[in-house]
Amino acid sequence: MVSNLSKSESMPGCDDSGTGVAGACFHCGLALSPDLDFRLAIDGAERAMCCHGCLAVAQAIIAAGHENFYRVRTETAPTGRELIPDFIRESEIYDTAEIQRQYVHRLDAEICEASLILEGITCAACIWLIEQYLAGLRGVEQVRVNYATQRALVRWDDSRIRLSEILHSIRKIGYRAVPYDPNRQQELHRRQRGQQLRRLAVAGLFGMQVMMLSISLYAGAWSGMEQSFTFFFRWLSLGLTLPVMFYAAIPFFHSAWRDLAQRRVGMDVPVSIAILVAFASSCMATLTGDGEIYFDSIVMFVFFLSASRYFENMARQRCAGSVEKLVQSLPLTATRLQANGDREATVAAATLAIGDRVLIRPGETVPADGTLVSGFSALDESLLNGESNPLDKQPGDRLLGGSINVTNPLQMEVGAVGADTVMAEIQRSIERAQADKPPLALLADRVAARFISIVLLVVAGVAIFWWIEDAERWFDIALAVLIVSCPCALSLAMPTAISAMLGKMQACGLLVKRAAALEKLNHVTHVVFDKTGTLTLGKPVLSQVVSAAPYDSAECLGIAAAIEQHSAHPLARALVHAAGDIADRELSGVFSVAGGGLHARIDDVDYFIGNCEFITANSCAEIPGQWLESIDSDALSAVILACADEVMALFTFVDELREDAITTIESLCARGISVTLMSGDRAAATRQVALQTGIGNCRAGLTPQQKMEAVQDLQTAGAVVLMVGDGINDAPVLAGADVSIAAAGASSLARVNADIVLIADRLDGIDQVFHMADRTRRVIRQNMAWALFYNFGAIPVAAIGLVAPWLAAIGMSLSSLLVVINALRLTR
Amino acid sequence: MEIIYLLIPISLILLGLIVWILLWAVGDGQYDDLEGPAHRILMDEDRIVDDKSEQAKK
Repeated sequence: MVSNLSKSESMPGCDDSGTGVAGACFHCGLALSPDLDFRLAIDGAERAMCCHGCLAVAQAIIAAGHENFYRVRTETAPTGRELIPDFIRESEIYDTAEIQRQYVHRLDAEICEASLILEGITCAACIWLIEQYLAGLRGVEQVRVNYATQRALVRWDDSRIRLSEILHSIRKIGYRAVPYDPNRQQELHRRQRGQQLRRLAVAGLFGMQVMMLSISLYAGAWSGMEQSFTFFFRWLSLGLTLPVMFYAAIPFFHSAWRDLAQRRVGMDVPVSIAILVAFASSCMATLTGDGEIYFDSIVMFVFFLSASRYFENMARQRCAGSVEKLVQSLPLTATRLQANGDREATVAAATLAIGDRVLIRPGETVPADGTLVSGFSALDESLLNGESNPLDKQPGDRLLGGSINVTNPLQMEVGAVGADTVMAEIQRSIERAQADKPPLALLADRVAARFISIVLLVVAGVAIFWWIEDAERWFDIALAVLIVSCPCALSLAMPTAISAMLGKMQACGLLVKRAAALEKLNHVTHVVFDKTGTLTLGKPVLSQVVSAAPYDSAECLGIAAAIEQHSAHPLARALVHAAGDIADRELSGVFSVAGGGLHARIDDVDYFIGNCEFITANSCAEIPGQWLESIDSDALSAVILACADEVMALFTFVDELREDAITTIESLCARGISVTLMSGDRAAATRQVALQTGIGNCRAGLTPQQKMEAVQDLQTAGAVVLMVGDGINDAPVLAGADVSIAAAGASSLARVNADIVLIADRLDGIDQVFHMADRTRRVIRQNMAWALFYNFGAIPVAAIGLVAPWLAAIGMSLSSLLVVINALRLTR
Repeated sequence: MEIIYLLIPISLILLGLIVWILLWAVGDGQYDDLEGPAHRILMDEDRIVDDKSEQAKK
């Protein structure tokens, strides 16, 4: 349905669902193409869709009676643009016995269970949709989707439905699902999280009781209280503190002990000393019935510290989970050929050995490194080197595991497997870079360690002085100094601010994995952007159709799309997508030339579509000089359609910029940060993007190693570098940069190595990160200033004996409370 | 005020009960997903026309 209808603007009632925007696809929210018109009646109004994919997805959702999804969702759904072509064969792999053994857990003869990783969940309505849709399938027994981890646990009857059909159904409504092996690591994480939560609960609940009792004790000390009640309350407080001490606070003691055993002084050492000394002296006071008790301070301290650690840990684990989510870069299975090349067998990719011959069909991922034996094809290596256009390969060329075969079937001889592959090498270089990273936490620990050593010395000095001066009061005063100087507020200053910030960031669609990165963000002087997939969407889009004199653009587009349906090349897909509905045409004699183009015969006319070389080689058509010029100067990817003796149309493509790329870069420049573009792509394409976004520095054609070196050069020149990237090729740089952000939809390796991950598919999160980092730093500074002022101000007063221990305890609690309240301002 | 010797033990028993329930809830995985259920409860499920209910009608 190619029509020249004007943009389907102002759809009536489009805005009432909260996420439907006029001029944007009702399903996925992407901009509508002006030449396309897809409509579907949803919820009593005509809704515009951007493409076939979204239309199909929306139809599937409506057909199953789940219209409600559109009413309750808060975010637009993942786009259906790329879902349609190749999901069928891919998911059938999961029915093979080998794969089933790995992922499927058989409960009895027929009932199976598998965990699925879901991609594309944008809001809670998505989980509802997936659950309802799957539960409606024949044979599916139980579905449980976890929103936080974006996993689903599915139980089904194998005699009535196959795993591939379930995966297929999920694809049909616009999400991607991959079975995964819930390995030991994750189970460990889950148990650890539960353990932490239990400790936190115990500290909180018992803490509340202790606090309640101490308030009565404080009130009693003020207005008078019977001795027997004081005695009872004190013993009660002691009893209630025991679970906190011996259950909730164990991790602190554990880690302090580990630090001491390694002859280091970590943050947990002062914490443990404070808790233990306060507990011991309080126990003494309770036993003797004389002196102050500090049980309230202990429980509060333990509770706040555990809470901040729990939240930080949870954010980290959640991110680790989202990392495995993306489809594995290496395929699960490979098609192995016998030596003479005629028998094929599907085997698990891990069982391949050097010298094996494998068949790689178009659209498949290369399972290992090797040498091309027969066949000509183009391979997409963008995951490995960032090159956005597929590279042509011929027999004798090296193929890299993880690249995707685009055009023709290939036979490859396996040359390297497992740890010897380039993919594994990239992973190792990332690990090295991570190890090199100086952890900021160490510095904070060192400062605290020095502080606590000074405090201990001061306490000893004060104790000795008062022992000589006034032997009756020495313990009281020394204890008051120790309590007053207990670095509670000091050690709470950072973690509370950081956990408040983490929560706020998460609500804004930003996942902060390493909180320490936030501190560095304030000193960032350079931001380095990757191009493909970060500043741009990473997919070519048809930008212009120039038709030669007698031909009509729309007609040419129709013919081109009809032919290109037979190709999996990204440009071909962009053409097909741009054409929308393709009229049925009788095609015959379709053949493709790898790295060239396609030939087909429609109604007895021969058509050729491909790059310049292909057209000149195959048809007698002459390409107008103007076209050649525009292809060269714009450095865009272009395709020409020609019949036997003349050219018909020129199609040019651009990799579209993300909507907010320009504003994001403007705001970074406004902060006085210099922005650099580093890409593995060709110079011209890179320069084009740099011009559009207003980036002054750009470097093109860089390998991951060169990118890394460029960043290191900047760093040695004194710059603090923030790297924003998305691909596997960016992963080493992300790990090596001072701070790193992985763009939405980044590859799993990039996510592992980034400090911050953008969850929402927008770049303006970067600006938000800077803003939040700034606020967080201010709050941390205020907290630190207050804590230091309080500690250092109170120590001399306590040392001259003016502060009673109970007053010191109140002071300490109040100062901690102030710090916490100040930190909570960040959540607003 | 001697009543406090009775009230406090009662509150302690309650405390024990609450702690036990909480620990059970953590162990049962009730805290694994803190966001999903909040949204899930808002969704009407009476408009579903799925295979199963159709089968049931037949």
